[in-house]
Amino acid sequence: MDAIVFPPVLLGPLAPTLVVLAAGAVVLALDLVPRALPREVPAMVALAGMVGALLATLLRWSTPARAFREMVVLDNFALFFNVVICYAGALIVLLSMDYLRRTGAESSEYWALVLFATAGMMLLAAAGDLIVVFLALELMSLSLYVLAGLFKRELASGEAAMKYFLLGAFASSFLLYGIALVYGATGTTNLDRIAAAVAARPREPLFVIGLGLTMVGFGFKISSVPFHMWVPDVYQGAPTSVTALIATGSKAGAFAALIRVLTVTLRGVPPDWALLLWAMAAVTMTVGNVVALAQTNLKRMLAYSSIAHVGYMLVGLVAGGVGGASAVLFYLLTYTFTTAGAFGVITLCERARGEAVETADYTGLARQHPVLAAALGIFLLSLIGIPPLAGFVGKFYVFGAAVRAGYFWLAVIGVLNSAAAAYYYLRIIVYMYMREPEGTATTYASSFAGGLALAIALLAIVVLGVIPAPFVDLAQAAVAPLLR
Amino acid sequence: MTALPLVSIVTFLPGIAGLALLLVPRTSASVLRAVSLAVAVLTFVLSLPIYFGFDPEIIGYQFEESRRWMPTFGVSYHVGIDGISLLLVLLTTFLMPLALASAWGSIEDRVKEFVATMLILETGMLGVFVSLDLFLFYVFWEAMLIPMYFVIGVWGGPNRIYAAVKFVLYTMVGSMLMLVAILAVFYQYGAATGRYTFDMPLLVQYVIAPGRAQDLMFLAFALAFAIKVPLFPFHTWLPDAHVEAPTAGSVILAGVLLKMGTYGFLRFCLPLFPDASLRFGPLVFTLAVIGIIYGAWVSTVQPDMKKLVAYSSVSHLGFVMLGIFTLNQQGLVGGLIQMVNHGLSTGALFLMVGMIYERRHSRLIADFGGLWQVIPAFSALFLVVTLSSLGLPGLNGFVGEFLILLGAFQRNPWMAALATTGIIFAAVYMLWMYQRVVFGEVTRDANRRLADLTTREWAVLVPVLALIVWIGVYPSAFTGKTEATIEALISQVQSKTGPSR
Repeated sequence: MDAIVFPPVLLGPLAPTLVVLAAGAVVLALDLVPRALPREVPAMVALAGMVGALLATLLRWSTPARAFREMVVLDNFALFFNVVICYAGALIVLLSMDYLRRTGAESSEYWALVLFATAGMMLLAAAGDLIVVFLALELMSLSLYVLAGLFKRELASGEAAMKYFLLGAFASSFLLYGIALVYGATGTTNLDRIAAAVAARPREPLFVIGLGLTMVGFGFKISSVPFHMWVPDVYQGAPTSVTALIATGSKAGAFAALIRVLTVTLRGVPPDWALLLWAMAAVTMTVGNVVALAQTNLKRMLAYSSIAHVGYMLVGLVAGGVGGASAVLFYLLTYTFTTAGAFGVITLCERARGEAVETADYTGLARQHPVLAAALGIFLLSLIGIPPLAGFVGKFYVFGAAVRAGYFWLAVIGVLNSAAAAYYYLRIIVYMYMREPEGTATTYASSFAGGLALAIALLAIVVLGVIPAPFVDLAQAAVAPLLR
Repeated sequence: MTALPLVSIVTFLPGIAGLALLLVPRTSASVLRAVSLAVAVLTFVLSLPIYFGFDPEIIGYQFEESRRWMPTFGVSYHVGIDGISLLLVLLTTFLMPLALASAWGSIEDRVKEFVATMLILETGMLGVFVSLDLFLFYVFWEAMLIPMYFVIGVWGGPNRIYAAVKFVLYTMVGSMLMLVAILAVFYQYGAATGRYTFDMPLLVQYVIAPGRAQDLMFLAFALAFAIKVPLFPFHTWLPDAHVEAPTAGSVILAGVLLKMGTYGFLRFCLPLFPDASLRFGPLVFTLAVIGIIYGAWVSTVQPDMKKLVAYSSVSHLGFVMLGIFTLNQQGLVGGLIQMVNHGLSTGALFLMVGMIYERRHSRLIADFGGLWQVIPAFSALFLVVTLSSLGLPGLNGFVGEFLILLGAFQRNPWMAALATTGIIFAAVYMLWMYQRVVFGEVTRDANRRLADLTTREWAVLVPVLALIVWIGVYPSAFTGKTEATIEALISQVQSKTGPSR
């Protein structure tokens, strides 16, 4: 029997993830300190963890590294996603600070769980092996299940956590079963070696079924139709800061793994899978937008709109190639800032009975809080895709990739969806700007950290909209290693 | 060629001033109005050198500026002026100060936001006309929607929200499909030449193979522009938007925004898709004639003056479309000059209807009568504007319509004959409206104490009237600037579609 050879322990490629994990451990350890620390300390540690990870990521740009027998691949692709995820994490930490204090849900576990979830997302982006994909996905998901139920006294929050957990566990088991079948078909869980095995026998039924089942798991995590049923309830019930994290970071992580698995394993295969993705993209954006039209709850509306945006991103995945994949990356970057910002505004709006989540709560907001209304307005316009904001460039890039690859009709479906979506986004603007406030007013929960987060998001979507070229170049550099 | 980037300055000055105004703390309304008016006037003054420095003999673009913007996408910042855009740029900078001045007394709520929105809107409109890069054009085209949406939706009439949302959604459906077509043109050019660019001067040199692909691309562009024009049957957003918009918004909507559609046909549809333009020409021709007659008939029966003017726009823009799709010199020049005419005449009509609405808070024709005895100066100017709108020789409207019909007769005499009835109906609805409002006895007591034009209103109306007469008497001052460009456009279309036509 061969002796087990341990791979050398190279922590370098894990550095960004480790920074976040370490911050999580510090937050937990701080709880053990007998003397009460100022309340801000855990939040500051969490923020430091996110920023530290961001810096660690930026330092490693263009120095690809692999570790643990290629289980962890820290190439530009992973680093790009790390940037997106760290920004999402940092924004969420900033938004949560005063939000948690106000809602009385402040605890060290919150910060630790946010950090662990973020670590899971980052690891997901760097996973070069299906086992790591699964582990990272679980690290992320389990943390998020708990976070969704943070408001222990609220029924909706409990419902959100329960629903998210049950359906999420179900999806994870699909993923795991799929991984098992892929392993059975190819004899390996390493993505590169799977690619080699698949190139030899592209239509091996076991592999096709296995990959199909993993697609179910990923479809759930990125919330594409028909695996989206959990989204509205979880987004609505979970604390808004957690919703923002689920909508941005977890989606980015899941997309990272999905793109890597699909592009790497199917590298040498004719693009049969595009048809499946085509249908998924068309159905996802249409269902998301059509159902969003009927929503009166802002969080729920943004939930359906996020489903629609997943549809747009899938369009880029259908298009494939450097253009398509980098379009998805760029879209995720713009989407993260926009969506985090939109949810961020909700965390800052307060009413007597709690959060301002109904559309009607925003009636006449422009009169009372013009800056807040303008911020939400700009985020919504970016979600519609109005130039010169980031959302427009994202859509332009994605649909451009589709047209280039010859998917005209998918692009047409996409743009018609965008036009329909304008209706429900504009409706919020109608409420804020074109109706007079009535009844009790929505108040602005003053928060320096929250304001800072919104300012960063606003700046980002304007910069990404006006000078997108450098970021597009980064996205293209990021997908290049996958498509060698 | 001056070293100063004049076109960029003119384009961005209002928008930057508008954004700056948004950031300053709330100050008194009259200061804001004065500052915004000063900016708009300054923009107009700065645009004058473009007009006078424009050399009508040069074919191609003048005052060009080109900078790298997004090389990865093949996008550059490329602006310039030619005979097609020159008059429209001037029309925009000319109408904006008048629109702002007209709002001086009528917009009281959120004045800061209003003037800032109007100035940002001006940048959007100018950007559409000066862009020589398809991407840049699209950015302005879409961005311009939002300020107009706010102008209608925030400062409009009772049904403003419905009108504003309808306006945006209608326009957006068309422009989104155009986006796909823009991308298709971009990639087709790139695949054929190996150079991916949105630069219009390069793209128009490329001959897109005739056939289904070109037809679809043409239709996508044409739909976006036809909605904006609006060409029958895509006009239903227009009456709503016009009726609900505040006077200043209506002036800009009729004066400039509608021209963006017809401009798009001239600038993009004809040179990029010449075969499809010829193929669908008869269809557009027919729709234009239907629009002319339909708009005129519907105008006739409107009880509301503003709605009457709105429907008359459908009719007048039908003439412009007719002129463009004659694809001959007279028709195209006539169409172009008619765009300016319509901007002036209809803009003035909206201004005057707005003035009377401010006094009486009614626009119903039935509420008026005998105004001649109460406010003679207003009535006299209103007569000139009315006659200009119905195309009386000696005023501006006649020149454009005459040239268009001249061109149309060469292409299809029957259609032209039908279109001519539109002029007759125009005389019917305009004069009948004028007669009911101005002549006769004073029927309502409320009208007896109406005040005549104020100095500010004189100042708003006199420049428009001067131009109306100037174009009517000496049109070649304006048509002369455009003829070389139009000739080049026609020969380009002909060379692309081959000798068979």
